[in-house]
Formats: sequence, C-alpha cells, structure tokens
Amino acid sequence: MTSHQSPIVRMQQLNKHFGSLHVLNNIDLDIVPGEVVVVIGASGSGKSTLIRCINGLEEFQSGSLDVDGNTLLPNGKSSKALQTIRTEVGMVFQQFNLFPHLSVLDNITLAPMKVRGWSRQDAEETAQRLLERVGISDQANKYPSQLSGGQQQRVALARALAMEPRLMLFDEPTSALDPEMIGEVLDAMRELAKEGMTMVIVTHEMGFAREVADRIIFIHKGEIAEQGTPEQLFDTPQHERTQSFLARVLKH
Amino acid sequence: MDVNFQFDWSAAFGSIPYLLPGIPWTLLISFGGLAIGFFIGIFFGLLRISPVRWLRWPAVVYVEVFRGTPILVQVLFIFYGLPQLLGSPINALVAGIAAIAVNSGAYISEIVRGGVQSIERGQREASLSLGLSRVQAFRYVIWPQALRRMIPPLGNQGIISIKDTSLFSVIGVSELVRQGQIYIATTFTALEVYFMVALMYLAITWTLSLVLRQVERRGLAGQ
Repeated sequence: MTSHQSPIVRMQQLNKHFGSLHVLNNIDLDIVPGEVVVVIGASGSGKSTLIRCINGLEEFQSGSLDVDGNTLLPNGKSSKALQTIRTEVGMVFQQFNLFPHLSVLDNITLAPMKVRGWSRQDAEETAQRLLERVGISDQANKYPSQLSGGQQQRVALARALAMEPRLMLFDEPTSALDPEMIGEVLDAMRELAKEGMTMVIVTHEMGFAREVADRIIFIHKGEIAEQGTPEQLFDTPQHERTQSFLARVLKH
Repeated sequence: MDVNFQFDWSAAFGSIPYLLPGIPWTLLISFGGLAIGFFIGIFFGLLRISPVRWLRWPAVVYVEVFRGTPILVQVLFIFYGLPQLLGSPINALVAGIAAIAVNSGAYISEIVRGGVQSIERGQREASLSLGLSRVQAFRYVIWPQALRRMIPPLGNQGIISIKDTSLFSVIGVSELVRQGQIYIATTFTALEVYFMVALMYLAITWTLSLVLRQVERRGLAGQ
C-alpha cells in the first residue's frame, strides 16, 4: 500500500438514509490505486450499501464521493459522472447476474462493444483471453444456465474485466456458491489482486481476507468502527464490537 | 328433447364450402388486429412503467377503458358510432380490425408491463455496472428476456382475440359465424352448421397453440 498516491476513491462524510434508517453514517474512506480493501461486518451493517455507493447503484443523501476524478453528487444528481464511473469501475455480484439469454461470449463482449465501441473481433479476442485467465476457455459458447455456480461467477468476473476497469467491486462474490466452488472463485480473485488491481471486497471469507487484504474495514451499524491491516484487525482488534463479531465468525 | 332428432352429417359436411370462405376473414381480422394491438400494447405497456408519473396515467386510462368495456360495445361504437362523428361510414372489416387492435392492445400492454417487471433487478444493475446506459440496458438485456416471458400470455391473448372476432357477425363482416348464419337461414340446420363452425375455430386456435409451443421451446432453449 502506497499512501502517498492520490486516492482513486475518496469518501468524505458520506451519509445514507433509508427512510428513518441511517444506513451509512459519516463515512470517511480513501482507497489508493493498487490497494485491496476487504469490508467485513454483520449482515445489515451497511457494508454492501457502502460499495454500491461507489458505482452509484445506491444514492447517498449527503457528503462527497470522488471516484477516479469524477464527482458523484448526493441524491443521484450526477448522471454524466455516473456513466463515466461505471465504465471505469467493475462489479461482481453475489447472484452473478449473468445475462441468461446471451452466451458466455456475448455476456462478455456486450459492454465493450456497446459502451467502448470495440469491434466484435477485438471484443471476442479479449473475451477469450479473459476466459482463459479465469480457467473456462472451453465454455465460451455455452449459456449461463449450463454452467456451475463457480463457473458462472468466473464468467461474471471476466465480463467485468473486459471493460478494463481501474477498480473492481465485489459484493459477497462467494456467498451464493456451494462450498466446493468457493475456492475456484477466490483463486481467480487472488490472481487479480497479485496483478495489482484495486479491489474493494465485501466478504465473509475471513481466511481469504487475511491473505489478500492490504486493509480490513469493519463496519458496524453504518459506521466504520475499526480499520487496519489484517494482522491488526484479526489478531489485536481494539474495538469491543470487532472482538465480538470476530469471535462469532471465526468460531466456525 | 326431441328423441327423434338425428344429427345430419351430410348437412354438416355440406356446409363446409359455405363456411370456408369465412376463414380468411376471421384470420385477417384476428391477425391484422393483433399485429396493431401488439404495437399499441408495447407503447402503453412501456408508458405504464415509465419513471415519469405524467407519462404513466394515459396508459392507466387506456387500459382501464378498453379492458373495462365489452369488445362488442367497442365494435358497435366504432362501426355505428364513429361514422356519425366523422360524417363518413367505416368499412366493417376496418372496424373489426380496429376493435381487435384497441381491445387486445389494452391486455397486451399489461402483458408487456408484467414481462418487463418480472426481470430480476440484478439484470439491470449488472448492465448499468458495466457502463451501459439505461436505454442500452433495456434494449440488450431487459427487453429480450421480457419478450421470451411474454410469449405464453401473448399466445393466450391471440386465442382470445381470434374467438372475439365471432362477435363481429353483428356488423356484417363475412367471417365464420356470419357465413354460418347465412347458410342456416336457408337450410335450418343450426346444430350441424354451428358444430362445424366450432370445429373450424378449434382448428385455428389449436394450430396456433402448437405453433406457440414450438416458439416457446425454441425461445427457452437458450436459458
């Protein structure tokens, strides 16, 4: 982690309300290029909402958010910046969200062709290369429903990477997978981290978090309760909430 | 019951040459009306789910009016009522097609709305997260999937509209029922002729069912 670099994500005093519920409370967060940040916390703590704010899938009500030099305004009033941000920020979802009516190849080539304006040939070459990288180059012409969950999630990863993002968001990428398929997805993410991709990951895989994260952020009731290196957070948690959360999740 | 009554097969078969010319008219009104109704349905169905409130209410009014009034009244209004307004008569065929169009359009707009709204939110989110605009997300991701889900209810509506055209005998279109009525007026063989008329409707709707089953199977193969 190189802290002198200017951040690719800068959140300042970010607040999100959902009716009377205060989902995110005065969040301050800088993420620098190349950094791998893992966000942990109990379900309902606001960790998914936090990363969904970064690419504008959730609106916030006050505070400021800059992503790669583009400023997102509160209450979704920045459609142009939003469009730019979304082409530069990739996302992998818990439920994969592959397009079921398109083949694996077409899932991956759609956005590069329609958004970046690539030719079909360029887009398909990139897609093939990415499929090889995530270990499923032989599945290009299948449809998502013909693949296992682990394969689908790797296609989803390849689909996001095809846009050549500067930042990748992962929203519980292994939570919907059968246990025997979690490893193959984490392996692909591990590779990506090694190559220097900036990543923000919401996960319950604590072993993985300890291994790949430069920084762990613990969210409690919409606030960043504690953050630090994996060693600091897992071995010597300072906050009582962190201690009780870790005691619960690490018991298994 | 008249125990001596005998179903006269020769009368039934004898009516066929008189009934067959009605079939093209039945098909023309049905499919002509449905084709227009499909576009009306897409138009109002998409208005109905627009994020802009004042765009939604015309769609709500349209659906309520044309779904909430009988198609017989609609065709009578078009054929007898509108000419008084326009000052010139309307061709019965045109009136029939128009009635199927506006009526099926109301139901189809609900089918379109339901189809689009049935697509999981994650599909839109994944599209937007890839940088697709809202229009692109709709065109390349949401709509193709919605269209596939709309096939069974659209088939249903097609069958209903085909049968609805039988009502248009009242405005004198020489469709199936009208042809039967004309024939019965001279032969007094109502049982046999209406039996054959029913069989012919069944042949049309059953064929459509079979075709739709194939379309559905092919459409779902990719999923």
